[in-house]
Amino acid sequence: MFSLQPRSAASPLWSWASPLLALALTALISGAIFAFMGRPPVLTVTTFLISPLLATGGLEALAVKAAPLIMMGVGLSLAYRANVWNIGTEGQFILGAIAAGTTALLLPDAPGTVLFPLLIVMGVVGGAGYALIVAWLRTRFNANEILTSLMLAYIAQYLLVFLVTGPLRDPDGFGFPQTALFADAASGPRLIEGSNLHLGIVLAPLVALVAWIVLGRTTLGFQLRVLGQAPRAAKFAGFSEDRLVWTAMAISGGLAGLAGMFEVTGTQGQLSTNISPGYGFTAIIVGFLGRLSPAGVVPAGLLLALTYLGGDAAQINLGLSNAITGIFQGILLFCLLGSDVLILHKLTWRRRAKVAAT
Amino acid sequence: MMDIAINLLASIMLAATPLLLAATGELVVEKAAVLNLGVEGMMLMGAIAGFAVAHETGSVWLALLAAIGAGMALSLLFAVLTLTLQANQTATGLALTIFGRGFSALVGAGYVGIAAPELPKLHLPGLTDLPVLGPVLFSYDPLVYAALLILALVAWFLAKTHAGLILRAIGDQHDAAHVLGYKVIRIRYLAVLFGGAMAGLAGADMSLAYTPLWAQDMIAGRGWVALALVTFAAWRPFWLLIGAWLFGAMMYLSLYVQGLGVPVPQAFLSALPYLGTVVVLVLISRDRRRIRLHRPAMLGRPFQANG
Repeated sequence: MFSLQPRSAASPLWSWASPLLALALTALISGAIFAFMGRPPVLTVTTFLISPLLATGGLEALAVKAAPLIMMGVGLSLAYRANVWNIGTEGQFILGAIAAGTTALLLPDAPGTVLFPLLIVMGVVGGAGYALIVAWLRTRFNANEILTSLMLAYIAQYLLVFLVTGPLRDPDGFGFPQTALFADAASGPRLIEGSNLHLGIVLAPLVALVAWIVLGRTTLGFQLRVLGQAPRAAKFAGFSEDRLVWTAMAISGGLAGLAGMFEVTGTQGQLSTNISPGYGFTAIIVGFLGRLSPAGVVPAGLLLALTYLGGDAAQINLGLSNAITGIFQGILLFCLLGSDVLILHKLTWRRRAKVAAT
Repeated sequence: MMDIAINLLASIMLAATPLLLAATGELVVEKAAVLNLGVEGMMLMGAIAGFAVAHETGSVWLALLAAIGAGMALSLLFAVLTLTLQANQTATGLALTIFGRGFSALVGAGYVGIAAPELPKLHLPGLTDLPVLGPVLFSYDPLVYAALLILALVAWFLAKTHAGLILRAIGDQHDAAHVLGYKVIRIRYLAVLFGGAMAGLAGADMSLAYTPLWAQDMIAGRGWVALALVTFAAWRPFWLLIGAWLFGAMMYLSLYVQGLGVPVPQAFLSALPYLGTVVVLVLISRDRRRIRLHRPAMLGRPFQANG
């Protein structure tokens, strides 16, 4: 029978092969689920994973969805490496969007050269500020950041609902829960004139590159990694855990806020009650799938962006609910966590034990 | 005035029940030192499984079984990944929630806005008709009583039985328990499955009794509140009950005040239970010594038998 034998050291090969194995397993399992639901499995899986890429504008749509996921995934990689479990990026995304969106609405006549950089700053400050509440509650009061960051994500959603149904509601919007459209200057430069490709799409891989350098080449990156892997060693080395927690929360929250800012200014052009299709939670999968490495987060972000497009494609072409996006994402994370066992273990085949007397 | 007070008490009992069911399950899981963050996902699975089976078969009892089964199925997946394959518990718990959300939304798409049989309310002739005591004590659906009974049984199990002692030993010192010959992994499997069953039941309580209908994401963070409750109670069953009433009261009052038409934006009131959860967590957690004293020492740490 099969048995798992511990390896003497983590396998670098499997650390990167595991996501591929997980993706293959996910395709198989979701195919089986579709077959069970009475759907043609191969067609459904290809509609989900391949057809969006072939559609006109598919790659553009992919880039637009991937940018926020990559930004947030990068931030989470740094935080999770340091054992700082920020799972409320959804809330920080929303606060970044609110901060930037409110600024854009308050300054409708500002020139783009002033307004757009200001919106970027507001997005980052909004997200980071919200995340720092969590850091403060953890370092000052010892409150578990998983629960507080998640609760704050719910609160952020209600704050958004309050704003777009109350003070910020578009007076000419027929009562819809949304703000007026931002001025053109707020959407920033376009990579290709007339497309949806906003500046965040170039910024996302740049952010990943900078984070990769920070994590691998700087003292801060080293300290974050030590804090995660050997907290006692970090203490003996004199690293301030509190300062690192604040830093990790500020980076992951700031990047989530940046993602939220680009989503509302660059893609949606207004605030509404549903500015995020769960990007904050999907970004957690992006982080893990990307091996908590900024370099890995880029392909992982593209793949998970594809699951959103795939859900839409399955809804339009096959009449399935786009909830299969969530199922696919969940299965992918399950398979990844399962196949990660091969990083630290070898799968060996042994004849069923004929225990020899020693 | 009296009527309002009675109504309030009864409503708080109802709001507290799903929290209490889920938190009792998670308490046992965490006592075995496993941290399953997937309560929200398991509750959603239980809610849709219960609702769908109740609608299709007309039997609420089959529905409860289905909800328990759904919660256990998801928790089994968690157990295999974290206990057998040694996957990260935080990540796996989140995966449970993400998957549970998606799966319940997909299955539930056909059940939005339709009715299913509700759990019957207790009616004891004489007792239920008593003034005050009747509505406050003898008028609930069976899960309200089941939640209290199960909590009492769990408290007794943990404090007074040999098996409970072993469970706690595994939570506090799994290596020593292993050396003494106890099956650490097997016992943790059982604890996790119990947690899944309770979360599934809590979900069914939401979709068959508390708000008897199915709506996407209807658990609305209660799974996470249940997790916070376990910390609030510092892993002690009696305090779990106090906490469930407290949190139930917060959840109910935010609805109640909205109904009064006070000039406060509805979104603020809706956010209050979550804000309250943060405040309570902060108040509890700041006492590091007390947390350290009660927290299962091995919580969240993987166990691997060597040799």
